[in-house]
Amino acid sequence: MAEAKEPNPEFTRKVVEAGGKTVNLCFQCGTCTGSCPSGRQTAFRVRKLVRRAQLGFEEDVLPSDDLWLCTTCFTCYERCPRGVEIVDIIMALRNMAVRKGYMAEPHRKVAELISKTGHLVSLRDEDKALRGRLGLQNTPPTVFSDPKALEQVKKIGEICGFDKLIAGGK
Amino acid sequence: MAKYGFFLGCIMPLRYPGIESSTREVMDALGVELVDMQGASCCPAPGVMRSFDQTYWMSVAARNLVIAQKMGVDVLTICNGCFDTLFEVAHKLNHDPEMRKKVNKILKEAGVDEYQGNVNVRHFVELLYKDVGVEAVRAKAKSGKGMKAAVHYGCHFLKPSNIKKIDDAERPHIFDDIVEAAGVTSVPFKDKGTCCGAGGGVRARTPDVALKMTKENLMNMQAAGAEVIVDCCPFCHLQYDAGQAQLKEFGIPVLHLSQLLGMAFGLDKAKLGLEVHQTKVNL
Repeated sequence: MAEAKEPNPEFTRKVVEAGGKTVNLCFQCGTCTGSCPSGRQTAFRVRKLVRRAQLGFEEDVLPSDDLWLCTTCFTCYERCPRGVEIVDIIMALRNMAVRKGYMAEPHRKVAELISKTGHLVSLRDEDKALRGRLGLQNTPPTVFSDPKALEQVKKIGEICGFDKLIAGGK
Repeated sequence: MAKYGFFLGCIMPLRYPGIESSTREVMDALGVELVDMQGASCCPAPGVMRSFDQTYWMSVAARNLVIAQKMGVDVLTICNGCFDTLFEVAHKLNHDPEMRKKVNKILKEAGVDEYQGNVNVRHFVELLYKDVGVEAVRAKAKSGKGMKAAVHYGCHFLKPSNIKKIDDAERPHIFDDIVEAAGVTSVPFKDKGTCCGAGGGVRARTPDVALKMTKENLMNMQAAGAEVIVDCCPFCHLQYDAGQAQLKEFGIPVLHLSQLLGMAFGLDKAKLGLEVHQTKVNL
């Protein structure tokens, strides 16, 4: 006989606290899975992810790649007959996963670029030249042309411990 | 003249600046004044940044809202991602004093003014429909060439609809109405309203999965005879434009609504910045 895993209500409570407050309302109808454009292309099943979160199966959820296949399109969230705020649950789980060090390198790089430069893409010479040709300011009037503003953004990263968080990836 | 803080974000000013120049020209023609938000940063992007740390995500977004607050204006964005972050954070902070207190503590320590909770965030498609009006767009449109367009709403313009309350999330019409006012026919297609595939950090982490979703949408658009894809988000724009170059098929030109309107209003074509599009635009 197969050994059944014990539910872990402590983990479920943490999910609720982290923003997944509707997780226990789910009655597993599967409308979410049937609506999911990512699940149409992959083995990702939203219903199962929510069930694992309900049962507190931390080790099945946090290290899982499935957690990162949601495009946050909100289709399941819109259609859920129980008002389960599924994207909020996924965001709570992802925040918890990242705190445990589960983050993909391409994501870590994006996060690092924002925390260091204030933007998620770089300003290259060719971008400046094209902006100039279009009659726009070569350097956009953002943190790119305002060092004081950039300092504030960096400071927010420091205060929130964001820099430390993204240094700890695995 | 209505006045808004123009939030630039990242992908538009840095990868598709033609969307920025088109937006500035089109809004000016329609009597909407755009003022630069000096020192604004990334919104920050809802996909990766909200997934990583919601407190940091909210605090950086709140700093952007404070810039608009100081200028005494509401925010206007032409990007679904920026709209999602800034609208949702403004909604949370404008309605939840406890959360505002928590974020303001972080802002204060970083030398940023307190956020008072009064800034509203607008998406330009919603502004065009509700404030400017479809008829004003029709009056300016000189030639839409009667093209058939696949209109791509994206996800975060209308959803989550319980807080955005802009249009029906499953059967929307306001974006189509503006496109049609520009003299272009919006064609129905299978699974219209489906995600482009890029959001939630999927494009960065698993680009192959993102591209599979994009491909399915492209097949449906092509089957409906679409001659152009019209989007209202630079990230969806990037996904369809670069995605087709990667797939080496379809070849359906991609225009952001600002570029389509620029074309219809008879703007100088050089101002649309179409030469950086990876899927050639011959319209």
